[in-house]
Amino acid sequence: MTINVRMAAVIQKITNNQKEFVSEGSNIKDLIQNIEKEFPGFKNHILTDSNEVHQFLNIYVNDEDIRFLSNLETAIKDGDVISFLPALAGGSF
Amino acid sequence: MVNNNENNSSSSFTPDEVMRYSRHMIMDQVGPSGQRSIKQARVLVVGAGGLGSPVATYLALGGVGKIGIVDFDVVDLSNLQRQILHSTNDVGKPKIESAKESLLAYNPNIEVVTFEEPLVADNAFKIINDFDIIVNGADNFATRYLVCDAAYLKKKTVIDGSVLLFDGQATVYKPGSGCYRCLYPAPPPPGLVPSCAEAGVLGAMTGLVGSIQATETFKEILGIGDSLIGRLVLIDSLSMDFRIMKIKQDPNCPLCGDNPTINELIDYDQFCGTAPLKEVHS
Ligand SMILES: [Zn+2]
Repeated sequence: MTINVRMAAVIQKITNNQKEFVSEGSNIKDLIQNIEKEFPGFKNHILTDSNEVHQFLNIYVNDEDIRFLSNLETAIKDGDVISFLPALAGGSF
Repeated sequence: MVNNNENNSSSSFTPDEVMRYSRHMIMDQVGPSGQRSIKQARVLVVGAGGLGSPVATYLALGGVGKIGIVDFDVVDLSNLQRQILHSTNDVGKPKIESAKESLLAYNPNIEVVTFEEPLVADNAFKIINDFDIIVNGADNFATRYLVCDAAYLKKKTVIDGSVLLFDGQATVYKPGSGCYRCLYPAPPPPGLVPSCAEAGVLGAMTGLVGSIQATETFKEILGIGDSLIGRLVLIDSLSMDFRIMKIKQDPNCPLCGDNPTINELIDYDQFCGTAPLKEVHS
């Protein structure tokens, strides 16, 4: 089971500046736990204390937002690309 | 496809305009009637900065009849790495002033309306009322949520874009097809997602994303092609990877959902936990 993870530039700090890496898991919750093992602190950046995804951040399975699938229970499979994308405000006045 | 209507509309262009817009008008998808729609279009550009510069420039060159610019900053030397509306001699001048000069120098046939004030809840309706399309180039979350809410409540289309570091994104919101709050229900806590001033931005990226916003604006005016409504373009310039994510209207959205709780503008500094705009930029 190989899941490709992609981090938006602004949050790459939490994965040691890695933009893309491989992890595993059968659903998103699982995946987050596995990434946490490799990058301690990851989970706290993604989930609130009540284990919900932060409202300023979206998680996509390929091109679908997990909020419109089964949220953290969304099943993922070999080869899927999971993207973590926080809101960006930069327009630079 | 020549008909009387089109003949009438083309007759309202001066010979200078016919020549100037000939590369537009020669295309079937534009033609004289499309160029006429462009001339009648009223587009507000929020921010005369990194994104606002290329957007407003292409709108002006392309003949958008009325371009509004809202910005309260003065030109700073650090802006000139990307903000093509302003040049070295403009440092210290209000951005709206150099923006207006640049746009009218490019195309004197258009009208440029400037608002030298921060876009805030108190003036937002008044400012956006005279425009049909709002291009969002705001550099902060408070203004982004304000533009989202004001545009939705006044039934305006928003052409959204943002840039940071080597990344960019763009999409289009139309009332009824989702909004910025559907995508991000709440802003990050202050300090978590850095601004361009804090983190930096590759200047050329603002041109890339701004050109996408300008292109979407022309498509919206002309009613051609498939708009970015419901799609978020993500650009990673380091790998030059373009991806498109689906975005959906959220039935639980507090603004455009089934049971809206936001029916008027709110206090955006409080909502975003930020200091009022004047202080942020001082
Ligand atoms: Zn919405």
